[in-house]
Order: sequence, then C-alpha cells, then structure tokens
Amino acid sequence: MAVDLPMPRVGPVSEHAPRPIKVVLNWGRRYSLWVFNFGLACCAIEFIATSMGSHDFIRLGVIPFAPGPRQADLMVVSGTVTDKMAPAIRRLYDQMPEPKYVISFGACSNSGGPYWDSYSVTKGVDQIIPVDVYVPGCPPRPEALLHGIIRLQEKIADESLSSSRLRRKYAAHRTPSAAELSRPLLFTPGHEPVGEERP
Amino acid sequence: MTEATTSARELTVGVGAGGLATADMVLNIGPQHPATHGVLRLRIVVDGERIVSAEPIIGYMHRGAEKLFEVRDYRQIIVLANRHDWLSAFANELGVVLAVEDMLGMEVPQRAVWARTLLAELNRVLNHLMFLGSYPLELGAITPVFYAFREREELQAVMEEASGGRMHYMFNRVGGLKEDLPAGWLGRVTEAVAAVRRRLPDLERLLVGNEILEARTRGVGVLSRDLALGHGVSGPIARASGVDVDLRRDTPYLGYGELFGPGGPGRVVTLEAGDCLARLEVLLEQTRVSLDLADACVDRLAGLPQGPINVKLPKVLKVPEGQIYCATENPLGFNGYYLVSRGDKTPWRLKLRSASFNNVSVLAEMLPGQLIADMVAILGSMFFVVGDIDK
Repeated sequence: MAVDLPMPRVGPVSEHAPRPIKVVLNWGRRYSLWVFNFGLACCAIEFIATSMGSHDFIRLGVIPFAPGPRQADLMVVSGTVTDKMAPAIRRLYDQMPEPKYVISFGACSNSGGPYWDSYSVTKGVDQIIPVDVYVPGCPPRPEALLHGIIRLQEKIADESLSSSRLRRKYAAHRTPSAAELSRPLLFTPGHEPVGEERP
Repeated sequence: MTEATTSARELTVGVGAGGLATADMVLNIGPQHPATHGVLRLRIVVDGERIVSAEPIIGYMHRGAEKLFEVRDYRQIIVLANRHDWLSAFANELGVVLAVEDMLGMEVPQRAVWARTLLAELNRVLNHLMFLGSYPLELGAITPVFYAFREREELQAVMEEASGGRMHYMFNRVGGLKEDLPAGWLGRVTEAVAAVRRRLPDLERLLVGNEILEARTRGVGVLSRDLALGHGVSGPIARASGVDVDLRRDTPYLGYGELFGPGGPGRVVTLEAGDCLARLEVLLEQTRVSLDLADACVDRLAGLPQGPINVKLPKVLKVPEGQIYCATENPLGFNGYYLVSRGDKTPWRLKLRSASFNNVSVLAEMLPGQLIADMVAILGSMFFVVGDIDK
C-alpha cells in the first residue's frame, strides 16, 4: 500500500534540457491538472460552483474527474480542517503521486478562519501538508479560485525540471511507510497500539 | 472509496442444507467519500451484498461552534451561526436573532419582517436546488446538477446584491436587517424568481418520470412514519413519510402566519410513501411553493410604506437574564436555538438543535436489510449537511 512512485522523468539529461523544451514540458503540465477536491465545508460548495457552467475551471485545464488522490496532481482543500480529520488529509496527500500541488481554499483551511479559537479545529492545513497557493475568503468567490489556479499555473511554468529541485520544493516531504498509510486513524485514549501493524 | 478497508472479520458458518459459509465484513464508508458530500463516515457490517448493521460515525466536522458562541457577543454570534448549515445560512442566522429579539422584547419594523421572510424563502430555494442537483449526481446522472447551479447562480446574484455575500449573507441583525434593500431590487427578485420558475421544468423533466431514477429510488429506503417520529426527523424527509408538520404553519413566525393562513400561497407538501423518490418529490414541490411565497413577499414589500429596516442598538447589547427556545423551519428541518442568558453581553449557553443530526441518526435503523448498491441512494436522499450534524 506504500506509495513508492518514481518521479516522472523526461530522461537523464532533462536537467540540462534547453529552455524551449522546459517551456513545452511545463506548458503541458500546467494545463492538465487533475484535481482532487477535498471538500470539507462551506467552501466545497463554492468549489462545485466554480466547476459548473458559469465559471467553468475546466477551460483552465483543471479536470475534476480524478477518481481519487492516486490519480490526482492537485488537491484543493476546501473547508475547515478539524483535528479529527487531519490524519486522513495527510494520508490522502501522501497517496498522491509527485509532483503534487495543494491549493488551500478559504479562510478555514488557510488559518482556521472564524474558528481560530476553537478547541477542535486545526489552525491551517499547512500544519500538516505543504501548501502552494492560499485563496483567501470566507468562502472565496469562484473567481478567487480561478485566480488561485492561474497563480499555481504560473508557479508550475517557472519550475525547473530537475527532479532534485522539485523534491526540494516539498519542505515537509517524506515517503510514508506502509504502516502509516494503513493503520487506523483514531484510537481509544489509552489504547494506542504500540508498534503493531494491522493485517 | 479511498478509505474502504476491512478492519474486522466475523465468521458465520451456515449450518444445514443449502447453508453457505459466509463471513460478515466491516466496511468503512468515508470520511472522505464522494457519496457523502462531506465527511460523514459510516461503519457498515455487510453479509454479502446485504447490510447487517450500520452506524454513522460523526464528528469529523465538529468545529465547536456551541462553545465559541459563549465567547462571542450577540453581533458576532451570527457569523458562526450561519456557518453550521452552509446551505441555509440565512435561516440559521434568523433563528439567533429571533431568539435574542424575543428575550429583549424588541419590536421589529414591518419591512424587516417581510424582507426576512423573502430572503428566507429564496434561501430555501437555493438549498433545495443544491440537493435536486447533487442527489441525481450521486445516482450517476451528471446533467441535473448543471441545471440546478444555473438557477442557483441566478438567485445568488440577487441575494448577493442585497447582502454582499454569495453564501454567508450576514444580513440579519438583532432588530432587523443590516441595511435597506437596494433600489429596484424587488423588481430584479421578481425577474429572477420568474426565470427560475420558467426553467424549473428543464430540471424536473430530468428527474420526474425518469425510468432509471425511479428504478433506483422507488420503494428504496422506506422510512416509516413511526420511525421518523421516534428519531425526531423533521423537514422534507419527515413530510415525505406522512408527518404533517411545518413550523412555518404550526408556530408561525415572521410573515408566515399570513402566508400560510386562509387564501395564502403557503401549503405544506406531504407524501405518504416515505421512500427516496418521495423525498425527492417533496423537495421539488417545496421549491415551487417557496417560489410562490417569495412572490407573495415581494408583493407585500412593494405595498409597504417606506420606513426603517432595523432598530438602533445600544453600543453594548446585553440580553436580560432568562432562557428561551426558539425553533424555526430550516430548509432541512427544525433548527432550534436554546439560549440561556445571565445578563451578559455574551450568552451563557447557546444550544443548537440542528435538523441533520436527527435526520442522519435514523440511518442506523434504515440501512440494515438494504443492499450496498442502494446505500448511496438512501444516504443521498437524507439531504444532510455535515456541518449541521457535527456543529
């Protein structure tokens, strides 16, 4: 179950590819972002509104038909992240193949938003996964998400193709172990399994 | 889907002729699952394709709103109150201000009463359109949701023009509304309502009489009247099971006494079947009733003389000591606020009775005996908002 996918490569000399090649490759990547919507709360409704006819982010190459995180390039975290939900978000992020991008959509996933002093809300999804673009608002307008997507695409266009540099981007990157991906997310207090793995 | 794991196996060995050795399997649906449109988790024990028992596991969206109410003053509470059920924001904030106004014994200007009624009904249409689009989506029909969102955008534009928000309006204030309605706004409401009513058959044609949809929903997930009453189910789901209750008619607030009175456009939609199809049909019919109510409110507002739309509040708003329970008919069911004040500028306790919590609790009784394939159809037809369950 562990995700041990190799970094997509264009060849051993891709790091020294001439600039036009880099432009073409990044152009291909930036306009085919299969998105995985981590819809949590109110903002998920605005995410859906953005995917519908009047705003239509598919024209920007964002494709909302990824069957799951394993087929997605982009994760949009839209809504309040609670401490109970946080391990699941981390796990699904770990399941995404690299290179992967995250847009934090809305005040709650940026910083906790109106729930900044709640006892059960994670104060920003960037505490558990690295975030590329933050979209402010409560909830942000669909136009704001479109703007965030364009910002992300600009960021992708500027990326170097060297896989070592791409990897460095993930400050919090680490390859999770199989146990981390398959163990139960929650335990009864005082009954945490110690070092044991489920079948 | 992504979290579907088997976590325990119980072995039941069949005895006797024709007995097949089967093993019960525990299946986790959610918390992140496309069919739960939110983060509801279901723990289901299945025997083959048949569900043996089901348990909704809630709390993934628990944001502690009730505790936060206690450290917000009465103006700030509205911000959090309209976010627990994000599809009926206006109705949620309405409950809070009605409770506070009742405690203060405040008289609200007539124009504010009717403007609130109008906005609450528009919000109800928005909510119902969302479910009319998303429920077929869960059954595998992608098209209706595009029609539903076209109408939603139409109405959201009107709501936004008045309040400034597309979803969370923050337009209610204790004593009235935030500000007066824009000039010429009522005309644009009439146009928007007429446009939605004109195009609603486009959506309806895809749902009513659709063979595939009927095959998936007719007779599936029947909720009996007794079960609905026993679990405190309310709103369109209860009315689809023959529970004839609607707070707009039974304990009138705002302008509903007149609208649901004799000769008024208001009527309570009830069906007897109690299956998934009945729940969808109640929603569709309620949408039409709400559009009629909105038109009636516009007429009423147009006939009112100019006047204030809110009451000037003191700098520090303190609610006298006491308690009150104020329930309103949210789009999804009863939404009650139990407000206990000790005379401070913040409530001592503000308990929230949300519709979806009760509506979802009935799943544990409804799902056993059903097929896994019908599970999504039943789950979607309960029309819940996860924030409304977990608060």
